[in-house]
Amino acid sequence: MVPLPPVVAAGRGRRVNMDLSRPNLQLSVEGARTGPQRNWGEAGSEEDFKVKNETKRREPPSPSSTMIHSLFLINASGDIFLEKHWKSVVSRSVCDYFFEAQERASEPENVPPVIPTPHHYLISVLRHRIYFVAVIQSEVPPLFVIEFLHRVVDTFQDYFGVCTEAAIKDNVVVVYELLEEMLDNGFPLATESNILKELIKPPTILRTMVNTITGSTNVGEQLPTGQLSVVPWRRTGVKYTNNEAYFDVVEEIDAIIDKSGSTITAEIQGVVDACVKLTGMPDLTLSFMNPRLLDDVSFHPCVRFKRWEAERILSFIPPDGNFRLLSYHVSSQNLVAIPVYVKHNITFREGSSQGRFDMTLGPKQTMGKAVEAVLVSSQLPRGVLNVNLNPSQGTYTFDPVTKLLSWDVGKINPQKLPNLKGSMSLQAGASKPDENPTFNIQFKIQQMAISGLKVNRLDMYGEKYKPFKGIKYMTKAGKFQVRT
Amino acid sequence: MGVVCFDVKKLVYVYLVRYAEEQQDLALLSISTFQRGLKDPNQLIRASALRVLSSIRVTIIVPIMMLAIKEAASDMSPYVRKTAAHAIPKLYSLDPEQKDQLIEVIEKLLADKTTLVAGSVVMAFEEVCPERIDLIHKNYRKLCNLLIDVEEWGQVVIINMLTRYARTQFLNPNINESLLEEGNTEGKTFYPSDEEEDEDEDEKEKEEKKAEAMAKRKPYVMDPDHRLLLRNTKPLLQSRNAAVVMAVAQLYFHLAPKAEVGVIAKALVRLLRSHSEVQFVVLQNVATMTIKRRGMFEPYLKSFYIRSTDPTQIKILKLEVLTNLANESNISTILREFQTYIKSMDKDFVAATIQAIGRCATNIGEVRDTCLNGLVQLLSNRDELVVAESVVVIKKLLQMQPEKHSDIIKHMAKLIDNIQVPMARASILWLIGEYCEHVPKIAPDVLRKMAKSFTNEEDIVKLQILNLAAKLYLTNSKQTKLLTQYVLNLAKYDQNYDIRDRARFIRQLIVPTEKSGALSKYAKKLFLALKPAPVLESPFKDRDHFQLGSLSHLLNAKAGGYQELPEWPESAPDPSVRNVEVKESVPEWSKCSAREKRKEKKVDKPFYSDSDGESGPTESADSESNSGSGSDSGSASDVSASASESEESEEGSESDEEEDKDEPKHNKKKLQDMKKPTHNTESEQSSEEEKKPQRKPKTRKMSESESESEESDSESSESESDESDSEPEIRKKKKVDPKASKPVKKEAKKESKKEMSLLDLDDFEPAPSPQVTPVNFMSSSLVTDLEGLSLSDDVLAPATISPSSSMKSFELLHRITGEGLSVEYCFSRQPFSPDANMVSVQLHFTNNSSSDVSALHVEDAKLQSGMRVKEFPEIEALAAGDTTTAVMGIDFCDSTQAANFQLCTNSKKFLVSIQPPVGELMRPVFMTENEFKKEQGQLMGMNEITEKLTLDSHCRNEHAIVQRVTTAANLSRVPCGADHECRFAARTVTGNSLVLVTVAIKQEAAQVTVNCDKMLIGTMLVKEILQALAQ
Repeated sequence: MVPLPPVVAAGRGRRVNMDLSRPNLQLSVEGARTGPQRNWGEAGSEEDFKVKNETKRREPPSPSSTMIHSLFLINASGDIFLEKHWKSVVSRSVCDYFFEAQERASEPENVPPVIPTPHHYLISVLRHRIYFVAVIQSEVPPLFVIEFLHRVVDTFQDYFGVCTEAAIKDNVVVVYELLEEMLDNGFPLATESNILKELIKPPTILRTMVNTITGSTNVGEQLPTGQLSVVPWRRTGVKYTNNEAYFDVVEEIDAIIDKSGSTITAEIQGVVDACVKLTGMPDLTLSFMNPRLLDDVSFHPCVRFKRWEAERILSFIPPDGNFRLLSYHVSSQNLVAIPVYVKHNITFREGSSQGRFDMTLGPKQTMGKAVEAVLVSSQLPRGVLNVNLNPSQGTYTFDPVTKLLSWDVGKINPQKLPNLKGSMSLQAGASKPDENPTFNIQFKIQQMAISGLKVNRLDMYGEKYKPFKGIKYMTKAGKFQVRT
Repeated sequence: MGVVCFDVKKLVYVYLVRYAEEQQDLALLSISTFQRGLKDPNQLIRASALRVLSSIRVTIIVPIMMLAIKEAASDMSPYVRKTAAHAIPKLYSLDPEQKDQLIEVIEKLLADKTTLVAGSVVMAFEEVCPERIDLIHKNYRKLCNLLIDVEEWGQVVIINMLTRYARTQFLNPNINESLLEEGNTEGKTFYPSDEEEDEDEDEKEKEEKKAEAMAKRKPYVMDPDHRLLLRNTKPLLQSRNAAVVMAVAQLYFHLAPKAEVGVIAKALVRLLRSHSEVQFVVLQNVATMTIKRRGMFEPYLKSFYIRSTDPTQIKILKLEVLTNLANESNISTILREFQTYIKSMDKDFVAATIQAIGRCATNIGEVRDTCLNGLVQLLSNRDELVVAESVVVIKKLLQMQPEKHSDIIKHMAKLIDNIQVPMARASILWLIGEYCEHVPKIAPDVLRKMAKSFTNEEDIVKLQILNLAAKLYLTNSKQTKLLTQYVLNLAKYDQNYDIRDRARFIRQLIVPTEKSGALSKYAKKLFLALKPAPVLESPFKDRDHFQLGSLSHLLNAKAGGYQELPEWPESAPDPSVRNVEVKESVPEWSKCSAREKRKEKKVDKPFYSDSDGESGPTESADSESNSGSGSDSGSASDVSASASESEESEEGSESDEEEDKDEPKHNKKKLQDMKKPTHNTESEQSSEEEKKPQRKPKTRKMSESESESEESDSESSESESDESDSEPEIRKKKKVDPKASKPVKKEAKKESKKEMSLLDLDDFEPAPSPQVTPVNFMSSSLVTDLEGLSLSDDVLAPATISPSSSMKSFELLHRITGEGLSVEYCFSRQPFSPDANMVSVQLHFTNNSSSDVSALHVEDAKLQSGMRVKEFPEIEALAAGDTTTAVMGIDFCDSTQAANFQLCTNSKKFLVSIQPPVGELMRPVFMTENEFKKEQGQLMGMNEITEKLTLDSHCRNEHAIVQRVTTAANLSRVPCGADHECRFAARTVTGNSLVLVTVAIKQEAAQVTVNCDKMLIGTMLVKEILQALAQ
């Protein structure tokens, strides 16, 4: 009978898959690196070379289309450390085009997300210094692929805590299982974290230990029924002894402040993240004191849109665990309170190879709350060789290679404003740089939503017990930039 | 498989699928296990068995797969059916021969009613048979309704497919609007940049096209299914999935009426907060949209401001969007932003900014000099790249008006010593050569310097040196002859063949020798021809022919498998194909058409209540008659006029309510009070007489819905003293009565719905009844019914004479020329509901002959360009001595030119013509005093025509004046606080231009003022009114 060979095959399969990602890789990467370089001089023949190369590989043009053919994971040093094909195998040499584009781009984030090649299109996202490169063969909405890749990364992060090369390599079996479930023949199948978790249990240290001892597995013993239900985002049979629901209202201030300290643009973006651990099938409603503040919203699929339209109430059956319930934009009519100000004076004198640097931070419109975890970073002009600064609090670092200055201020004390002062040494003989650095500022303010949004109440229907409810507010700097 | 362990099983599957193709024999061993799995009682096992089975890419098992798919497609479990749908494209790619059988399965699965299956089967449809659009018809409404509950990936696929479907099945909702815009708003176009350019290019051609299209134009009514799609996709803009949002955005961009596209802007701007890859794609699409619909994103200008932390590719795209959004009003802020960008450390970005400034400068004339000055300042920048880029841009700008800027050219000539970037050097040389007349002294000197360094220059610079030398030789040969020869000699021995070639060419052309050909005569023309200034265009200009959001659009090249977005059809295919026997939901007819009607008439102004525009009557009752309606479209104002009438009649009992309405009402009352004593006894009597038979039914209805007071009676009676045939409509209106509370409202809606769907079959057929209100009026919407009514019961001009009774008749065909058939026509002043831009003309046929006349119809209209005629339905027979009436619509294009056509019977043809009095070319609009004043303020100067006259003794009172004026022209009275002044307002029927009339009375003298932006109409109208008053 059949039972035996597949088991053997499985063992081999696993190894083969792993092996594939190692030795071949070096070769193909080598090819990618040397190929274009050899042909660098003659711009005309480069294209020919590509085509020839491609035809040599003799990839059969598939008659029909699939959304996502293959996925390659490429680390920062340009190694393909994982590949997965949902249909016939696409040679990894297709990534050469990606490496080429990568070389052309000055910064890692400047690699174009969509790269056309003679037979395929490469769509990539960069997250956690890993490129996720999807290979597609025909017309697909690019956002569809990009969004899916991000979802893959989110899932990995959800499963392994971090999404790094090491984490992926450590959990390669789970990764393959996940990818297999998430896409079927290139079309997304199960991307909802609740369903996936029912199918494949996330690894924990304890479980790994137990598994190695007992020989049991990560794969759920029960069949996932959530997929079949009307609420596909919630797994069935949830049970907790402590029933709790926590909501975090986190607002981020995006702002551009100009040289003189006036606000060029400022807006507030917020999210409501939830951590819901409730038994059974609870039906929750969440209402705000001032829902009119919300100008533009986007919901988790669980939220009943009609109810929101009519009553401005969030009504939903929550997924189990952590999820983002809502993200919103506070209408731009409301003036945005800017909680910090920056005074700065950066001068380069013509002729001398010295520059002066002086900057002070201060709180403003914080409604009495402390501004914490302040971090200032700035890209100084290329002419700056080094800096010699003296912070009144916190520590600063300067990377002479990337010219990145960052100052970890910590908490702002309104009585004694943090200040960073000193001199910069410039390249001798070079003329004074005419670029102005910009400051990117990060901060946190606890227990306050800067827009003034307040949750009114949370009600639960459908279950008998009384859950513990908690709400936390926080304001953060988003893309907060001060021009000089 | 036999193994119990799940983990291993899964991995075996992974392995199997991966290597099956390479080791087919081994793979085949496993098939039987899966076949067994397909029969498992657990649906999940059945599904996963099918999934793996279909993923094994071995051709031999195609029949097995086919069988399995067919079976699974009729499985009990929707999850298994979903898996079957997923398996279809797999099998298709393995063996395309199976297409026909697979289509059958797809057809079956498309009929599935569960959300789980919908997304997957549409995906299969898209991959296997995207051309079989006919399969969608029956499922269209179901898909629209399910859409919101389908999982997000399925939503994207369905929305994209429906976009294509809608393009083949519905009519372009913007067709009328685009034509209207072209037709009427010369000079004040909505999107100046685009349109002006176009107009310059091929005005004639356009003119012809326009006329052609106008002639073809039919009243546009949005298909309810089209509306259904738009309505059901809108909530998805709130999706967390960027792909879904983008899909909806493109759907709206491609399918929605212009006025509604705006809703997507906010959602797209939200996506800009997402990951940089998402931003990249979204910005590309926004850039394309901003070219066509700039207004949409203008409020979000600041969201596109650039941060130093953005990746360069994002920065450049944002810059593109900012440039597209720039116009006269925001250019100063944008330029200020650009100034900070120039100081950025990212040099590629700085270069792009400089180009953007150049584009702003070419597009917006006002800032050209400012930009140029700014760019010239950049020439002293330390960074060579910046300088070079500015030189290139300045060159392009200077080409537009070189005379003014010789000092800049001089300045740039000096720069040639310092700049090393070849492109910039070449640009400067070209500039000096081109405009050597402006810098006669410097040019030869530059050539001298260049000749010295010739051998060390880059190729493009060398070519430009040759160019400069040739041009100087032609204009200033005395000074430069030797230099030119020297340069040509150097070039003759250059390494580059292009340069050698060019030198040879130039030498032959400019240096006169015995052999020199005929061409040398034209050397000057060849070199110094006037070159057109370059147009700095957005690279996104023509991208919108690709479906937005698609890969092809992003790459600006057709990707494999891209389905072309079809053009709108000329005429809509049969909508009944989408009818399903068992209707789950009746499309809301009344809602759709009512809304559409209004939109069609007036495009760019927002209709005042978006959400409760459910049905005409209810809405109008809720809305305040004086606030919104004045600025609104004609029909809406008519409706509210009627509403105000009914409100007024209720006022007696509920006068303390609705305080904000008080003011105009007081006016009205005052008016009525004033007028009562002066009432002509005659007219009062007549109105009294007419009132009697009508009052009874009306009172009955009123008492049903509202308690009625005596006062209301007397008031409403006046307004009702008009046509008798409006009576049934009144009843209908009362049925759906205003103040009704929610349940009642719903009921009313339902009622109208039913009625509509019953009538929808003969929606577009010409009205069979010769009545003034043909049947199709009703089917199009209730609102139009009310329009007809409200027009006449204009409360504010209570003395308006009822149109039908004292309508002035004109002769169309005399009894003798018509050989017994005589035809008269009058302007009924009813809106012609099939097309709002037409004037409705009521024809009155009388057969005076002794024999029957049959097949009366209109033929062979000979019209001025732009005019259109909507014939009356053929009158089959008119017995001897009989009379009948018919209504036809004519679009006079706001001119008093006659419309000529042939009136045909079965045997004879008569050439007839209808010439409208200017007063009939407009339809009344309701507005408040303030609005009137505001509008009047905008129509001063040339647009104001004033005449004085002396009034006869019997028409010095206000009532008489109002009566005469409203008889002369189809105007509506505007409430007026001042005594001795009457105001009227209307809009022209085709052009929608406002016509404001003021009659000021001072004793026996009066002054008539008409404000209208169509001067011809204004002048004629003044004459008409004078005539009417002087009688």
